[in-house]
Amino acid sequence: MSETVGTVDATGGIRTVPRAGWHVGTVTATNRETPNASRLELEVDGWPGNAPGQHLDVRLTAPDGYTATRSYSIASSGDSTRVVLAVDKLPDGEVSPFLVDELREGDMLEVHGPLGAFFVWRPGAEPRPVQLIAGGSGVVPLYAIANARAEAGDETPFRLLYSVRTPDDVYFARELEALAGTSDPLRLDLVYTRRAPDGWPTPPGRITREVLEAAVVPAAEHPLVYVCGSTGFVERVADWLVGYGHDARSIRTERYGGT
Amino acid sequence: MQHVDGNALAGPLAEFFAFDVTMAVARCEGCGSTAELARAMVYPSGAGTVVRCGSCGQVLMTLVESEDRAWIRFTGMGAIEVARVSPAG
Repeated sequence: MSETVGTVDATGGIRTVPRAGWHVGTVTATNRETPNASRLELEVDGWPGNAPGQHLDVRLTAPDGYTATRSYSIASSGDSTRVVLAVDKLPDGEVSPFLVDELREGDMLEVHGPLGAFFVWRPGAEPRPVQLIAGGSGVVPLYAIANARAEAGDETPFRLLYSVRTPDDVYFARELEALAGTSDPLRLDLVYTRRAPDGWPTPPGRITREVLEAAVVPAAEHPLVYVCGSTGFVERVADWLVGYGHDARSIRTERYGGT
Repeated sequence: MQHVDGNALAGPLAEFFAFDVTMAVARCEGCGSTAELARAMVYPSGAGTVVRCGSCGQVLMTLVESEDRAWIRFTGMGAIEVARVSPAG
């Protein structure tokens, strides 16, 4: 194996992730993911592969040398040099409007990664149920994790609680539906905050403590919990989980700031 | 700017350290709690980045970068615990 970086997983065993480096990625596809987001597929020369849940940094350089760097979760995992991102356009962003609206097939991007071994789950690492909780585009690394479990044929019980504005804003809608329909399914619970589909049993609204308690693996089953979304969402959810008796050490969080 | 968390340090610090600093366990010299740096709170600004303890808010480290160098100050943390790379890795 090429150069690696050591980390300790939750059971104390040493695991490795590929060493981070700067690479050039060529855009091989860009497609609308939601009305406000694009799915980008990159072919990254020299990419050493990445674990499910890792991220990368994208650096844009202006003609005058000004640079802007932003982190994006990776929706894909494994040894491939093909890297998939799903980028949400922030209204006053410096980088995301370019990535979402301007980037074209054949364009090249500077990327730094793979990054971070904390917000990672690997098939077979621990025999504990897994609860994934996403707010908006925070679903990207959680999709990578759920997909890695399915590809490995791992039988760990998995649930995903996904808070999203409207049915049109669901990332990886078809893929998640497929994961929920396998013989060993991902259990998917959607919460719509602005507009729900016709006939949806509950009116749209933010996740509440009660909804959270009803839709997550109970603390008594000692799940590993991964929460990703805006800072406010993540902190609200993590506080409630601890209040319901979840061990704070078993909750892994990734905050992307913003709203 | 809204704060993020220690996961965001992975990229900036990978430029200078040969291990994934976000998995290093640091002890806060303010409250004594220990946690992976990924669990710290990170406040980015144009001037630099301030990293605070997730439990008590004490400043753990600051990071200031220019084009050709960086200043990394370990203000409020004692020793960090770093995993060795497995020989088989």
